[in-house]
Amino acid sequence: MSARPLSPHLSVYRFMYTMALSILHRITGLLLSIGLLVLIYWLMSASLGELSYGGAVTFLSAPLFRVLLLGWLLAFAYHLCNGIRHLLWDVGIGFEKHQARASAWLVIIAALLITAIAGYLLLGPATVNP
Amino acid sequence: MSLRSPLATVLGRGTGRNAVQHWWVQRMTALALLPLTVWLLAGLVRLPLTDFATVTAWISLGWNPVLMSLLVLVLCWHSSLGIQVILEDYVHSSAARTLLLVLSRFMHVLLAATGIYAVLHIALRS
Repeated sequence: MSARPLSPHLSVYRFMYTMALSILHRITGLLLSIGLLVLIYWLMSASLGELSYGGAVTFLSAPLFRVLLLGWLLAFAYHLCNGIRHLLWDVGIGFEKHQARASAWLVIIAALLITAIAGYLLLGPATVNP
Repeated sequence: MSLRSPLATVLGRGTGRNAVQHWWVQRMTALALLPLTVWLLAGLVRLPLTDFATVTAWISLGWNPVLMSLLVLVLCWHSSLGIQVILEDYVHSSAARTLLLVLSRFMHVLLAATGIYAVLHIALRS
């Protein structure tokens, strides 16, 4: 196979925070693919009956797993918001530099807000087992 | 006239057939996942997740089994396409890449089948 042109030539660009958002989309996507296992485990345990579901709840509500679930929630919120940004780009909206930089901040703020609200409702003090 | 064979020109550049379809399906599954994942999150935050009876009743309620099965299917599809790109970009050994691509595809089909089976089992039992 001959040497063929490769892109993108990452090392020739000055770093911009929009680049961090770009690679974060991929990283959060990978994390969410692992989180998919938890969703299927949750459904499967519910289908196997009350005893099995109780075991899954005990496992998933352990302190370590609560931290992981919060991480997955943040990854989901980010991937969702930045995914909308990518879909809008695909139809040609928001391509100007100043727009892409503004939408980057919008994505970060929205992702943190969603994580805070959903995280409080899902994993907050009301859900901790007595 | 070039003495370079047409085959040498295209070798290693992909088939030129699957890329657009991959791109398009990636976007269509993304679009479908917007309402589906927001629906799931909105459902989860309102449920007492530790309560088996309430959770299974919610999964069985009305259109919920259909939406949940669709969510599992589209999620696995979208994830499969994403992992495929990551493997193609970062795993440079051809043998390892092919093996991982096949494993990933099998794993995603298994996950989708398991998830949909679980949802139907919950919905049809109650």
